[in-house]
Amino acid sequence: MPDFLFEIGLEEIPARMIAPAQMELARRVQDVLTRERLLEAGSEVHSYSTPRRLAVLVKSVAIAQSDTEELLTGPSWNIAFKNGEPTPAAQAFAKKAGVELSALQKITTPKGEYVSATAQRKGRSATEILAEQLPKELAALYWPKNMYWRPGKPERFVRPVKWLVALLDHAIVPVEFAGVRAANITYGHRILHGSESVTIEHAADYLGQLEAAHVTADVELRRHRIRKALDAAVRSVAGARWREDHPLVDTVTHLTEWPAVILGSFEPEYLTLPEEVLVMVMRDHQKYFAVEDASHKLAPYFLTVLNTQPEEHGDEIIRHGNERVLRARFNDARFFWDVDQKIPLTARVEMLKSVTFQKDLGSYHDKTAATLRIAEKLAGILSEKGARIDTGALLEATKLAKADLTAELVKEFTELQGIVGGLYARAQGLGESVAQAIYWQYSPAGIEDPIPPTAEGQLLGIADRFQTISAMFGIGLEPTGSKDPFGLRRAANGIVKILAESGLPLTLWDLTEAAPRGPATAEKIPAFFRERVEFYLRDVRGFAYDVVNAVLAAGHNDIRDAIARAEALSAVRGADDFIAIAAAFKRMKNILRQAQEKNLLQSEPNYDDSSLTDLAEINLRTRAGQVGKDFHILQRTHKYREALELIATLRPDVDQFFDKVMVMVEDEAIRNARLALILRVQRAFSSIADFSEIVTA
Amino acid sequence: MPSSLPGSGNWRLTVKSPETLPTESNVSSTITSSTVHERTQPLTFQQLLFRLQTFWADRGCVLQQPYDVEVGAGTMSPDTFLRVLGPKPVNIAYAQPSRRPADGRYGENPNRLYKHTQFQVILKPPPSDIQEVYLASLEAVGIDLSEHDIKFEEDNWESPTLGAWGIGWQVMLDGLEVTQFTYFQQCGGLDLDPISGEITYGLERLAAFLQDVDSIYDIVWAREPKTGREITYGEIRLEEELQFSVYNFEAAEVEKLWEHLRLYEAECQALITSYNDSFSPKIEKQGERKEKIHDRVVHDGDAPGAGGNEDEGFGAQQRRFPVLGAYDLCLKCSHLFNLLDARGAISVTERVGVIARIRALAVGVAKAYAGQQNQLLASSS
Repeated sequence: MPDFLFEIGLEEIPARMIAPAQMELARRVQDVLTRERLLEAGSEVHSYSTPRRLAVLVKSVAIAQSDTEELLTGPSWNIAFKNGEPTPAAQAFAKKAGVELSALQKITTPKGEYVSATAQRKGRSATEILAEQLPKELAALYWPKNMYWRPGKPERFVRPVKWLVALLDHAIVPVEFAGVRAANITYGHRILHGSESVTIEHAADYLGQLEAAHVTADVELRRHRIRKALDAAVRSVAGARWREDHPLVDTVTHLTEWPAVILGSFEPEYLTLPEEVLVMVMRDHQKYFAVEDASHKLAPYFLTVLNTQPEEHGDEIIRHGNERVLRARFNDARFFWDVDQKIPLTARVEMLKSVTFQKDLGSYHDKTAATLRIAEKLAGILSEKGARIDTGALLEATKLAKADLTAELVKEFTELQGIVGGLYARAQGLGESVAQAIYWQYSPAGIEDPIPPTAEGQLLGIADRFQTISAMFGIGLEPTGSKDPFGLRRAANGIVKILAESGLPLTLWDLTEAAPRGPATAEKIPAFFRERVEFYLRDVRGFAYDVVNAVLAAGHNDIRDAIARAEALSAVRGADDFIAIAAAFKRMKNILRQAQEKNLLQSEPNYDDSSLTDLAEINLRTRAGQVGKDFHILQRTHKYREALELIATLRPDVDQFFDKVMVMVEDEAIRNARLALILRVQRAFSSIADFSEIVTA
Repeated sequence: MPSSLPGSGNWRLTVKSPETLPTESNVSSTITSSTVHERTQPLTFQQLLFRLQTFWADRGCVLQQPYDVEVGAGTMSPDTFLRVLGPKPVNIAYAQPSRRPADGRYGENPNRLYKHTQFQVILKPPPSDIQEVYLASLEAVGIDLSEHDIKFEEDNWESPTLGAWGIGWQVMLDGLEVTQFTYFQQCGGLDLDPISGEITYGLERLAAFLQDVDSIYDIVWAREPKTGREITYGEIRLEEELQFSVYNFEAAEVEKLWEHLRLYEAECQALITSYNDSFSPKIEKQGERKEKIHDRVVHDGDAPGAGGNEDEGFGAQQRRFPVLGAYDLCLKCSHLFNLLDARGAISVTERVGVIARIRALAVGVAKAYAGQQNQLLASSS
């Protein structure tokens, strides 16, 4: 069976879009082949890419679909044949099925006798199917940003299409897309190979022939070579290492067809600039890797990944060029740093009046005032709870937190907001805890990031985000569906993470207490935060979804408490006794729900135990009472696991109750007493988690 | 520091002698005799411009002179902004001094200028080998690509003020952005068909790279042929950078700037309104239409082109309508906005509003120009 090669040649694809497109194209080709019965299960599908191409290579594709037979059912026998002679209905059916009249058969179905025919379906060739299907698949490929290029605007694609290769072994499959017809011709590296074409004689030769034309099409191989080359290049500096940066390795892998690495250096005097600024310039602006010495301090070197193989001594020219550019960039940064020092942060607060936060919410000056009020209240709540916090530093940091938005360095490197403010605060002698709090205010930006290391930084982070959330909700700008233009979900995730991972004794209640009240804060915000806590427990902490549901049903106000309950529940949920108890609780919940639906459940039931007569129910009541006391003691002392294990000891009593006792009996007094009993049991033991949420099957 | 590392001493780029330029099938390099003497030295600033002009003229571009109204970029010259509209093919190239008041640094920053020079190429529709031709242009200015690292990195261009955007790359040469390469998709709020390829070289950067100087002001602008005396960029332009920085940041009178902006905006808007009232397809009554043209533009009933039958007269009226004049006024507004911005006179809230006002002008002009082109096309066919 032949190999199938499909390559689309493009002008340079944006690096960030290559990996997803490569994967999608491979999936689409595989889907077509599978759908069309051209692919054996387990056949290998390989995919490749460089900035100028996406490619799929499939081993062992069927040359054609196998022929098939299909049993067709036609009109009823009596209509098709009158007196043994075929009617026009029979003729039409035979024609449609592609068989002779004599080949029609009678079949008997539950509805009666019908005419049937076995139609032969000729399998189509792979060439025909691929030529027909692949253009549609290419057209459907998702790109975050498309363009037109041909007059008349016949199609949009990420960049102009230059060539197509479609080969079944050595035979060209005439795929056509965007005015380009597939052939067996591809192109090598722009500079190292030049504009001469490369003829692929056989699909299986693809990688080898490209390699000879200075193109490594295998992405993982290219990535591996880059990492090796980075290692090798940095070795010339004793004790130095390049700073690991997976996203950057990824980017340069997708920016090169034939990578090489050069080590460059810069004047050590630039090391007086903050490391954050230097790394940002190197990484974000130049795509250079930073180099650190044995003590992890930044060293005056950088590594750049080239898309070429310099001739002998040719790397001198390229190194020199890159060093020149970096020097100019560093000079700019130093210029901005120096200019910014002329106006201290404290004087910049006033300038925030002309920086809009949101058009209906006013300036960043207004926002700062609002955040300050929240921070003040939170500090008060914390000191009531006996937490130690430097309120003076917190309020000073809050006041100055946004001042760096007016700094030239932040205008130039917006990603450094907060960090620059913190560095300036330190340079301007505003105190280390103020500087730290400002520096860390936007952390964590993502779920992987650390939380601020100081209590003041954590509180500033919470107050700033909560102010944004409550103010935006207040004017109806809450996130909807996939839309979250102000990043409020991310802000709330940040708060949840800080609350979960810091030692601050704060609950979500405390936050809503500290913020101005409105209809939104009263209703929508708690629901919004419940989702965020759920996300945190499930996606960040990895708790099972039913554990999360069970725990949150018992409250989400105190996040660290919810985590402790989720850990306890995860630990016991596998035990037999617990599974049985969980099932019993589910049964209780169902009974109670049915009773409520029939209006048989009193809202405040009268716990009249005198109507309980069965031994099993009396036993359950007694045992539940005893266990309940100990349970509450354990819960109050946060010994959740012991508490849950204690509940599991109720299993025999609960089992016996359901074995012997029927709750929904006719007698109203007895029924009410039994409903009241299970309601009491359920309420008493659902304060750690609602076990009925646990999936036991 | 390891001894194996090269110092950052004087490293001169190897400049290919013109005779050895590759002659690829799609690139017919033309070498002028004047270049023979430049073999050992990198191009001067003006030679760089000559080379680019010659290169693109040889590939069928009309060489235009820089536009004489202040612009922030070569894109804003009517030779780009207006010519990319409509179906008519265009190949044009020109240098464009581009003023960005906020970028001024009093001549003190070696990398930033209030006014830099762009070399702008517009190819409509773009040839399918546009990237290869572009790379050949780098060879033509003395860059041996086999000795350098070149990458096309995603960089899409957008100008909210012009209602324009495109898809493209920044071209990185040894880590330096030397060119912005854009496939124009929309301009003046209008979808383009055919699209245009736009190649914008930053001449100062490119010259500093070629000559390997760290400061723009050290770029050799020209070399006296007889004495070999070098005239630097600083000699030609430093004074201008200093004085315009002072003007832009300190001296320009904010109130006057606002007033100028209002005046130019009003006149531009009045012209657009007049055009729309006269030629917008919505207006049915020809009598009313004609009257308005007379009110605003045509003061003399005997104006050339106004004669003939009604239709012809109408077409001629549309053709002579000064849309180009309106565009100059729009450019004035854009520059005044930049000046006000440099003076720090525009608050963030105002900013959005002023941008929207200028955008309305640019879009209005673009629509009028496109309408005019359609009229021209219709009358010539």
